[in-house]
Amino acid sequence: MRNTIEVQHLTKRYGPVSAVADISFTVPECSICALLGTNGAGKTTTLAVLLGLLIPDQGRVSILGEDMLRHRYRVLPRMNFSSPYVDLPQRLTVTENLEIYARLYGVHSRAGRITELAEVLDLTGLLDRPYRTLSAGQKTRVALAKALINQPEVLLLDEPTASLDPDSADRIRTYLTNYQSTTRATILLASHNMAEVERICRQVMIMRAGRIVDAGQPENLIARYGRRTLEEVFLDVIRSDLQGEVAERSASVA
Amino acid sequence: MSGPAALRASLERIFAIVLRYLYLLRGSWPRILEQAYWPTVQMIIWGFITLFFVTNSTWVAQAVGVLLSAVLLWDVLFRAQLGVSVVFMEEMYARNLGHLFASPLRPYELIASLLIISLLRTLIGVGAAVLLAIPLYKISLFTMGLPLLAFFTNLLIFGWSIGLMMCALLLRYGLGVEGLAWASIFALAPVSGIYYPISTLPGWLQTVAWWFPSSYVFEGMRAVLFQQAFDQPMFVKAAALNGVYLILGTLSFFWVFRIARQRGLLLQMGE
Repeated sequence: MRNTIEVQHLTKRYGPVSAVADISFTVPECSICALLGTNGAGKTTTLAVLLGLLIPDQGRVSILGEDMLRHRYRVLPRMNFSSPYVDLPQRLTVTENLEIYARLYGVHSRAGRITELAEVLDLTGLLDRPYRTLSAGQKTRVALAKALINQPEVLLLDEPTASLDPDSADRIRTYLTNYQSTTRATILLASHNMAEVERICRQVMIMRAGRIVDAGQPENLIARYGRRTLEEVFLDVIRSDLQGEVAERSASVA
Repeated sequence: MSGPAALRASLERIFAIVLRYLYLLRGSWPRILEQAYWPTVQMIIWGFITLFFVTNSTWVAQAVGVLLSAVLLWDVLFRAQLGVSVVFMEEMYARNLGHLFASPLRPYELIASLLIISLLRTLIGVGAAVLLAIPLYKISLFTMGLPLLAFFTNLLIFGWSIGLMMCALLLRYGLGVEGLAWASIFALAPVSGIYYPISTLPGWLQTVAWWFPSSYVFEGMRAVLFQQAFDQPMFVKAAALNGVYLILGTLSFFWVFRIARQRGLLLQMGE
């Protein structure tokens, strides 16, 4: 199986702070993988590098066979993302926002795609409303619609179900799983929701202080740590004193 | 993607950003009104000043439209600069830069769309004031003929250049420099000779003034209005300087864009 995403020795520092410290991982094609970690663990920085929004200090990033540091514009039309750290124009309606991003991504049947996504993500009644008037959960669904507007082969999601009620979150998870299986897309998500990750992800990478400290299939990790849930594993990993022990473990999830 | 297809895709992305701004305007009538409000107020004030000076100043009496033309052309420069930097600020207010730059939109495409939007804003804003001046004061900028197009183009390009430099500052330092983006252009007003010849300035300041295309434009405007002569060498100098400033503005934007990607600024933009 080929890898859609390949990251080698990625390092990013902000002054004296090491946001990401020499991490390597791969994400196989047609899979849903997760980056887990506490706040400041380096998940968003890693996603930003993958999107080309951030230039790393060291390392290589390859997506869909292209070097993202040199040829990102060959890949960006085939990718998309959503993140709570970026927003959409507040005064534009949902339709206007989606239309603009459809044009930016070169979507041909824009109206059809917007209608289709609105139905799936329960946005039909919101299409003519200004984005600023939406609730946090509704905005999250619009951001997801924007992320899916070009039917991306690679989808990067930062906390995709944040602010969603349990019903909406469950529907989004179901949709993402279906989307991945029908389009054979590769999805990499960063999340704090362990139950969500356990349910939909084939592989997880646990980050702490800019490093990947463990990785594997959720069920294997649970068995290896002798725990009942991924959340318990996560707490074990991030609370353990790993100085010099697991400090640097490159993880290949392939 | 082949050449023509890539060009079509690029134009589509530029249009998308222009459309984003048109949607913003369509949804907010105060924004449309704001475009024409200040140029019109300025035109009315300077129209009355002109009426006063026509009977009290032999200089103004020689060319009745000199003050009003100056204020309207100054507004071209001012609006052109704001048209670039304020629209860029809209993306920062919206915390939308991360989405834009993670899309296939290239930085030069964003710049192209900002320039188009700036042109539209300038035409709406100054155009309304120019047209209103005709029935109100019987003064028409169009009597300058083709030289008006040369003046307009030069001021527009100079405004774009300053606007791009402001965008670079905004990208680097965030909305903390918002005030500078609004006010920076006024630093050029004293040395541009808008309402008086450059020869009025002290010698050393005249040297400074000739570094700016706007000085050539306003001198050229007075030559047309007083001597009915288009000073071609001045136009060429202004155009050449504009070429330099536009390159500087564009390069500064690209340079800071790279810094923003190195420092993670694209994800941190906001109020």
